[in-house]
Amino acid sequence: MNPALVLPVVDLRPLLPMLVLAATAAIVIVLDLLPPRERKDHLGFVSALGVVLTLIMTYWMTFSIGGGELRGFRGMVVLDPYALFFNIVIGYATGLVILLSMDYIRREGQEAGEFYILILLSSLGMMLMASAGDLIIVFLGLETMSIALYVLTGFFRHRLEAGEASMKYFLMGAFASGFFLYGIALIFGATGTTNLDRIANAVAAGAGRDPMLAIGFGLLLVGFGFKISSVPFHMWAPDAYEGAPTSITAFIATGSKAAAFASLLRVLLTALRGVPLDWPMLVWGLAAITMTVGNVVALAQQNLKRMLAYSSIAHVGYMLVGVVAGGSLGNGSVLFYLLAYTFTTAGAFGAILLLERDGREAVQLADYGGLATRHPVLAVALSVFLLSLIGIPPTAGFVGKFYLFGAAVKSGYVWLAVIGVLNSAVAAYYYLRLIVFMYMREPEGAPTVMAPSFSGALALAVALWGVVQLGVAPGPLFDLAQAAVIPLLR
Amino acid sequence: MAYLLTLVTFLPAVGAVLVLALPRRQEHVTKLVTLGATLVAFVVSLPLYFRFDPTSADYQFVEQKAWIPSLGVTYHLGVDGISVLLVLLTTFLMPLVILSSWTSIESRWKEFAVTMLLLEAGMIGVFVSLDLFLFYVFWEAMLIPMYLIIGIWGGHNRVYAAIKFILYTLAGSLLMLVAILVLYFHHGAATSVYTFDLPVLARYVLPGGRMQDLLFFAFTLAFAIKVPMFPFHTWLPDAHVEAPTAGSVILAGVLLKMGTYGFLRFCLPLFPDASLHYAPWMFALSVIGILYGAWVSTVQPDIKKLVAYSSVSHLGFVVLGLFTLTAQGMVGGLIQMVSHGLSTGALFLMVGMIYERRHTRLIADFGGLWKVIPAFSVIFLVVCLSSVGLPGLNGFVGEFLILLGAFQVDRLSAVLATAGIIFAAVYLLWMYQRVCFGEVTHEANRRLTDLTPREWAVLLPVLLFIFWIGVYPTTFTAMTEPSVQALIAQVQSKAQATVAAMVTR
Repeated sequence: MNPALVLPVVDLRPLLPMLVLAATAAIVIVLDLLPPRERKDHLGFVSALGVVLTLIMTYWMTFSIGGGELRGFRGMVVLDPYALFFNIVIGYATGLVILLSMDYIRREGQEAGEFYILILLSSLGMMLMASAGDLIIVFLGLETMSIALYVLTGFFRHRLEAGEASMKYFLMGAFASGFFLYGIALIFGATGTTNLDRIANAVAAGAGRDPMLAIGFGLLLVGFGFKISSVPFHMWAPDAYEGAPTSITAFIATGSKAAAFASLLRVLLTALRGVPLDWPMLVWGLAAITMTVGNVVALAQQNLKRMLAYSSIAHVGYMLVGVVAGGSLGNGSVLFYLLAYTFTTAGAFGAILLLERDGREAVQLADYGGLATRHPVLAVALSVFLLSLIGIPPTAGFVGKFYLFGAAVKSGYVWLAVIGVLNSAVAAYYYLRLIVFMYMREPEGAPTVMAPSFSGALALAVALWGVVQLGVAPGPLFDLAQAAVIPLLR
Repeated sequence: MAYLLTLVTFLPAVGAVLVLALPRRQEHVTKLVTLGATLVAFVVSLPLYFRFDPTSADYQFVEQKAWIPSLGVTYHLGVDGISVLLVLLTTFLMPLVILSSWTSIESRWKEFAVTMLLLEAGMIGVFVSLDLFLFYVFWEAMLIPMYLIIGIWGGHNRVYAAIKFILYTLAGSLLMLVAILVLYFHHGAATSVYTFDLPVLARYVLPGGRMQDLLFFAFTLAFAIKVPMFPFHTWLPDAHVEAPTAGSVILAGVLLKMGTYGFLRFCLPLFPDASLHYAPWMFALSVIGILYGAWVSTVQPDIKKLVAYSSVSHLGFVVLGLFTLTAQGMVGGLIQMVSHGLSTGALFLMVGMIYERRHTRLIADFGGLWKVIPAFSVIFLVVCLSSVGLPGLNGFVGEFLILLGAFQVDRLSAVLATAGIIFAAVYLLWMYQRVCFGEVTHEANRRLTDLTPREWAVLLPVLLFIFWIGVYPTTFTAMTEPSVQALIAQVQSKAQATVAAMVTR
């Protein structure tokens, strides 16, 4: 008897949101080849539309699966409320970045269809990371995301610093991937599997005492440390942030960070459960060092993109506070904070990229002298984003920090919360300095002008809406975030 | 009238939106709309006085709605005898401040109006919130408008002063945030009711000991910076001197009261043991503040700086009164909060008026003003005397009650604080003498114009209350007494309960 060819039944439903993104990317590739060749605006709109569809699909799936989950490819891909929440975060990040990019890349003379395609593919990788139930899939998502981001970082070829940034990001990222893969290999050696649930089972069955497993997880954490840019693996971030196109900087700061956190938390909560390691204390130290280094170094920055890079390192420190705290409150607050941080940071970078002076982007503090008299609306918007970064109510940033530090206090890490709030006070200084320039200084030299951009204004409006809405009525989304992590904590 | 407090709190914010919609060129309309918004807010707040039941110690005009149910955060508003006068003081001062800024704010009036109105909403919100989360939101949100007012419309060194102001207050209040969270989770773990509701938390007897002490310190630090108590006062002179008149008046009149209000509303009922235990320290810091503020005031060459340091001294009295935990001391403290808002507010207003005319505030640049601008000088004298504490004017009532209370608890503090009143007479009257009496020493002062009708309109309402409180304080003390008595009873019974718990353990 010949063995009949039996095709496995592939359930594509766990991939639905990603399939929409992939389809959009494919459509944009085709449209890119068709006329008009000189203008690429429509590609941006198509991409943004695809992202909106993905978001709608995500919301719909959230409702339709309820608290359950869909598993596909033998548990390699998991679509659960947790993944869907991150799809929302990544979806907003991608949508905002696409809207911000549209007029920006034309202004810089670098308009190309690839830009949107790479953003969409990178976003696809991010969502895959959030859905990964297997270390191999985590790695697959990580590489899909990162390789697209390396290209995007160096997209402005005429700029020297873009090449430098891209090179640094790529080299560091390659190292991180190496660590990551080696970690996966060691874990596989210790447990005989790369599936997160089966690793947890193997650990429970006694593999947890194997030093190979501990080393493997250590290497894995180093890899994640690079991707979330926590100290001491943060060195690439300031250069990459500074050299990348500003909209891509926003994407690295929001989307890639959210994706890295998504799989980091999933690995910690599922596979690492039951490992006899005191990892919360390790992360305690990382959190304290990360926020302190980020904030203190940010104090000295004159370049806004660099300042926000260090500030984003500090914010990773705050989020690690939630990781340390653990439980549904701690992990839920990390998810909520990522969403709040996405709106805030995308908004802040968006405001920066809309401004130019002397034909270059306005990234120096001095460029912002007297901006409030010239562009009052933009100045108010940027101020709201900065206040949210400080954590002043009633903005999303405040509520996010409130949840994070509340979780820390609840789990008994009061001193970590104290370090966190003192850091917020330090951070207030450099954010407020920008407000000082906008409102309390007179403009010097050539005027800073705003590039008219409908899509940019739309992106800022969405970000502002997010910041205010999460600040005033955080209840529903926080409940969603908390419900998303509870199944992982079984 | 079910939503009266919401209305009072958010009317100014609605006014801010209205002003935002006005075209920039219509500056006069902007001014009128702003004044109108603050007047409407004042009128709407009047029922808080007329319908207030002065015999009840309970919260009145209460509103409560779920806000973030999963955390136990509610939108809970209400006033009692402790906060009602402060709300009224805020709504009363705002129109006067707007009127005083008519010409003294020369640039960006529209932004100024929006900031002031948002500030008013924030300030009222702080006084009417009965939920710790909501309170904290208003408490922090209000910093930003004040920061902008000092930083944009202030004097030469305004940016430095503004940043100093906000970093000081932020550092203090962020530690309070951690303390709020600790209290919340502790209460939740002990009673399995997770809530930020102040009345609920205040009923809970927190065990005495290290935790209560640390929580008390965190709250006290936030409030002490705000008051400001010695040695946390160094931001105040800078902020006051650099702020525009409107900013100084609101800072002295309302913002500083938030610190003393915080002691009354949060520190005493939530941490009674620690409050009683550390009361001697608070007395000591208050008395140092009273004397130090007075002495430093005496040597100031700048009138505005003199008034700023006098605030340190006067607020020292308030804190002294509150921590006596006697009815007299606490009612006195409350009355002194209002009185200080009126007298010091008026002093800043008048310093602002004279600064607008001469563009200087140095005492040495004046002299003999009585002959040139008699009406101004007479009112200035009344205001100075009210700040000194002359019987028959408002300042006397509060200080007298405070000293009465302090004398029952700690005589040394009472005696030293009394000396502070004498020094107040020294620095204020000496300043007055150099400014208004004698011969006109500067030619520029000969052509000064006396008070304009607008300035009369700013000052007369304040004068009315300066005399009213001075002559018949019962109108106001009667409103506060039941709440104060209830607070004292609560603090003492809770303190006894913790002591009993320690004994049985």
